[in-house]
Amino acid sequence: MHTILKKERLNELVWRYRIAAPKIAKKRQAGQFVIVRVESDGERVPLTIADADASAGWIELIVQAVGHTTTKMSQLNEGDVILDLMGPLGHPTEIKKYGRCLCIGGGVGVAALYSIASALKAAENEVTTIVGARNQNLLLLETELEKVSDRLLIATDDGSKGQHGFVSDVFKKLQAQGEHFDFAIIVGPVMMMKVTSDLTVAAGIKTLVSLNPIMIDGTGMCGGCRVCVNNEIKFACVDGPEFDASGVDWDTVMQRLNAYHDVEKKHQCKLNGLPHDG
Amino acid sequence: MDKKTDRFTRTPMREQKPDVRKHNFDEVPCGYSEEEAVREATRCLQCKHAPCINGCPVHIKIPEFLKLIEEKKYSDAAQKIKEDNALPAVCGRVCPQEIQCELKCVLHGKGAPIAIGNLERFAADWQREHQQAPLERCAIKKNGKKVAIVGSGPSGLTVADELIRAGFEVTIFEALHVAGGVLMYGIPEFRLPKRIMQEEIHHLELLGVKIETNFVVGKTAELDDLFSDEYGFDAIYIGSGAGLPVFMGIPGENSVGVYSANEYLTRSNLMGAYKQNATTPISHGKHVVVVGGGNVAMDAARTALRLGAEHSVIIYRRSEVEMPARDEDVQHAKEEGVEFHCLCNPVAILSDAKGVVTGIRSSRMELGELDDSGRARPVAIKDSEFEIACDVVIIAIGNHPNPLIPQTAPDIDISSRGTIIVDETTGRTSKKYVYAGGDIVTGSATVILAMGAGKIAAKSMIEDLL
Repeated sequence: MHTILKKERLNELVWRYRIAAPKIAKKRQAGQFVIVRVESDGERVPLTIADADASAGWIELIVQAVGHTTTKMSQLNEGDVILDLMGPLGHPTEIKKYGRCLCIGGGVGVAALYSIASALKAAENEVTTIVGARNQNLLLLETELEKVSDRLLIATDDGSKGQHGFVSDVFKKLQAQGEHFDFAIIVGPVMMMKVTSDLTVAAGIKTLVSLNPIMIDGTGMCGGCRVCVNNEIKFACVDGPEFDASGVDWDTVMQRLNAYHDVEKKHQCKLNGLPHDG
Repeated sequence: MDKKTDRFTRTPMREQKPDVRKHNFDEVPCGYSEEEAVREATRCLQCKHAPCINGCPVHIKIPEFLKLIEEKKYSDAAQKIKEDNALPAVCGRVCPQEIQCELKCVLHGKGAPIAIGNLERFAADWQREHQQAPLERCAIKKNGKKVAIVGSGPSGLTVADELIRAGFEVTIFEALHVAGGVLMYGIPEFRLPKRIMQEEIHHLELLGVKIETNFVVGKTAELDDLFSDEYGFDAIYIGSGAGLPVFMGIPGENSVGVYSANEYLTRSNLMGAYKQNATTPISHGKHVVVVGGGNVAMDAARTALRLGAEHSVIIYRRSEVEMPARDEDVQHAKEEGVEFHCLCNPVAILSDAKGVVTGIRSSRMELGELDDSGRARPVAIKDSEFEIACDVVIIAIGNHPNPLIPQTAPDIDISSRGTIIVDETTGRTSKKYVYAGGDIVTGSATVILAMGAGKIAAKSMIEDLL
């Protein structure tokens, strides 16, 4: 039984869930995800494991209510049970002593970023974390990230906190100051990953991106999560979710993410009781 | 036998009419009545040497169960089948009997062979509908050994059935949220109703088989974890199936609206996308092209019709003779209006500015020399390319073995194709007390061959552990 032990609202649309999952907590490593289903005949959606405690037997997930299933999940409360929870899935992040590391993230991508930054820090790396959001109210896990980073830099689109602009602007500034890095991991919205990784790769930094395509089974069976890396088809669930940014074909990643955009809009209308135009 | 009964003519099974069934997901064949079943079973000559049994990968005692049907002892007939086959209602529906037991029937050639599959289905359905749950296995003596089975598809379920009857404690670990493997996510409702599948699985649970869903062996726990004190298993059977869809590697394959058959069928079957209220979306294409010539391709093309497609087209690179799909499925697909373009091979998938599928371009092919599989190799005809407009493309050209176990158990020998290497006569892998069978060993094959492999492995597991 995957009972919700704790539910905490992080902002208007984002919640943090602590869920009893002893087997997953024991096996999970940084960068891995679970697949969640919250209702019978419901979808299976992938969610990154933000944190876990093996001895206490829980994992934490950060959930942004953007689609049908995540909205349904946001309506669950402490004491409720997650119908299906499967994992930990995907290859863990390769953690070793790289030297100077950049952890860059935005949106709910910071869930993965937090687990990876913690692991990199524990492996004696010097960790610079850059996170971005539209405004300061939408910043996630700021305190947590501060604890596991040697320094935390912030960018907001409206300038309400930190650098006025994007995470890529912060990186450019560091670069202009003559800083060098040995490794970068970027997790967040696709456009952010594309733009930022273009810069870090051009700067000669080994850069991984964590992709979050549409997924069904999570075990390699359906191929729905396929991405094109170095002109080869890879499955994010069993070959990823992290890939070397230099080989990722971003155009198809973006195309495929929007495949069910119209259907999602209808679901949202159903959930919110609004009429839809399609 | 009534003298007027024709020994050589098969009792046909009633079916839903094509123009009706292509709009619903109900099962296509309707099953035999008792009278029809008795009439068909009575045609059996009860040959002493029973060649039909040799045609069956799990060696069902066919003449014996046919005799029981003739005597109207339907539940006994089902029991007789279950001595050798844990899933008769499934096999009666999806086995290629025409190339197995029925091909060996001595009536074959002189007339129509006995409809063994139809009768197997009849017996299993009759027993289930009359709720005569078998009693013989209630008092199984436990032998104290624990076995883990990876995957709840046909081979895993077969091993579970064999071992629970031999007194083992049996746990099946299933990655998905529902047990049944390809029988649940792959084969559509109109060929194998999911209710029947779930009842067959429930039957195994009644015998004491434990099923843990949402448990990915290789991830949630590795093989060595299962042998550790925490889990305490004495042996493991791997039946994780052929789970990794093959794509063609042609331009446009990542466009929106291109599915692997696994994804398309999983969305429809397992996630219930064909139902009105399901939350898992699926493209309701009006013009659907399916690439491939196997049963899975037929399932996808026929599912597309039922989801509202005006045109459902099969593109297959060889000729119809080489098509690996069962004749019955090809026939059913044709009756329902699926169009066949044989000797065609896709070279590109076309899409609009947003990357959404608009068509498929193919070359016409001719058959050349025989290839490794013994079939004529298709060769492209120069300057023969043509386009078909469509909004959904489904790729059904096969699967690679699932990589999760090989990725996490380096001490198991794997072939260059990614399949697990076993001794075919025992199902043993290179790792002690680990056995494997089904598609993870053979690559994509049939339900009944996976079950046959399961029986072989179960036998050696019993030998090795007791």
